[in-house]
Amino acid sequence: MISDRAIERLREAAAWPELDARYAITGVAGRGGMGTVFVARDHVLDRDVAVKVLDVADQKGSRAARLQREAHILARLDHPGIVPVHDAGELPDGRTFYVMKLVKGRRLDDLVSEHASLSDCLNAFGRVLDAVAFAHAHGVVHRDLKPENVMVGGFGEVYVMDWGVAQDSSAEGEAAVVGTPGFMPPEQELPRAPVDARADIFALGALLAHLAGAAAPRALKAIAEKARDPDANRRYQDVAALAADLASFRNQGPVTAHRESIGERAVRLYRRYELPILLLLAYIVMRFALLVFRGI
Amino acid sequence: MSFPATRLSVVERTRSGDEETRRVALATIIEAYWKPAYKYLRMKWSLTPDQAADLTQEFFTTTLEKEVIEKYEPARARFRTYLRMCLDGFAGNARKAERRLKRGGGVAMVPLDFETAEGEIAHHEPAVDADVDELFYREWVRALLERSVADLEQAAQSSGRPVMFEVFARYDLLDDADTRPTYAEIARALGLTPATVTNHLAAMRRQFRAIVLERLRELTSSEEEWETEAAKLLGPQIKHRLDADDF
Repeated sequence: MISDRAIERLREAAAWPELDARYAITGVAGRGGMGTVFVARDHVLDRDVAVKVLDVADQKGSRAARLQREAHILARLDHPGIVPVHDAGELPDGRTFYVMKLVKGRRLDDLVSEHASLSDCLNAFGRVLDAVAFAHAHGVVHRDLKPENVMVGGFGEVYVMDWGVAQDSSAEGEAAVVGTPGFMPPEQELPRAPVDARADIFALGALLAHLAGAAAPRALKAIAEKARDPDANRRYQDVAALAADLASFRNQGPVTAHRESIGERAVRLYRRYELPILLLLAYIVMRFALLVFRGI
Repeated sequence: MSFPATRLSVVERTRSGDEETRRVALATIIEAYWKPAYKYLRMKWSLTPDQAADLTQEFFTTTLEKEVIEKYEPARARFRTYLRMCLDGFAGNARKAERRLKRGGGVAMVPLDFETAEGEIAHHEPAVDADVDELFYREWVRALLERSVADLEQAAQSSGRPVMFEVFARYDLLDDADTRPTYAEIARALGLTPATVTNHLAAMRRQFRAIVLERLRELTSSEEEWETEAAKLLGPQIKHRLDADDF
């Protein structure tokens, strides 16, 4: 008898795409709305790669065009935080595909659910900011930033994935709404709505709130809230401004998103200058004790 | 992709005027459905092995041709669904009548190995209520793929290329993905190059897909049903694969 697992394997294998002799499909890495990402062996370079293939040959061409555009965007965005594309083409059955680096690691949402430290989460978030800023500098808006689309490798390397609905200067507005509720700004909820880089700022704010959690410091929450303000004009206007506020927060500095009370400022300054303050206090106490001793 | 007008499905062939054609067609249906039916009766209807075996025998040898296939209307349901519904009705009537089922209500056209089927049930994952209807489909798929694998092996043997099937068996027929060898390991074990392993696997998968679809074509009664079943079995992209393979 063929076991249930073997049955599933056979069904999959019979349906796997046939690339040329260079790449041999060895498994499935994941499935998305319009395609499947396969793991394949690149026999020429002797390494594993990921191959994204459309599920159906696209008669109207919109999905194929989207996948091709994604491959072109990835090829253009040569950045350590953006997964590199190696090859692209069309299968004999008409389906579009592209070959990219196989990223091994965990998704950012898995990292959060495994109770990673806030510091580790903010390190990863900082790398996401770098990648998104780079994309924006090249006229590309991701439009679907969320924890599931960020991979964290074993050495802390971070990749922003799934640029399938990214908008670049050559793309027309989508007929359908693209994005993910909760990570999508109000202006992106309308079909064919033109969005700018501030749409990603909103998603980054939602991402930061997700990473920081409910117990996050007030200033960090304020940064996330400012980033995901429903009014695009009240958000950070670019990634650099968001990154600067975040860096200031991590250095115990003031953040533009949060007007602090005197008490908060005192606590923050204490934390920032803890050692000099403690040394000064110790010095004062010693001087006082000396005076008292001499007085006796 | 089109359903060849010259090739009748097994359901249509059971209505042929030629006795031999009818016999072969019925045997094909029984071969594809007896085991799913037996397991379905055991697991959904909670029958004992003997009761399920008797009912399966009776259903396929006395009821199938006259009461099931004769009344089948392809426009109303796919044959697999219809047959399962008939089986439910048959089992329900048997239970209501509380009749004592006797083996040998007719002559089985293919030997039904209930002992093996019973042994297989022990290895199945337990079916929960929601899965019971899916059970029949799962077993039907298992029977279809098992037969197709056997056909593939036979084709490889008869064409003098058993090593191609060996590559396929070592890579795609394994239960456990964790113990699956690499292409290089298979190549070393069989004295091939990794590129040859790649090519053999691709060829075997292509041929396996063709065999599965050919058998599926036999078991469905229209082009539309065939396409639907093929998509359910192998995914929505299969239609385009068929076009590309010039199937």
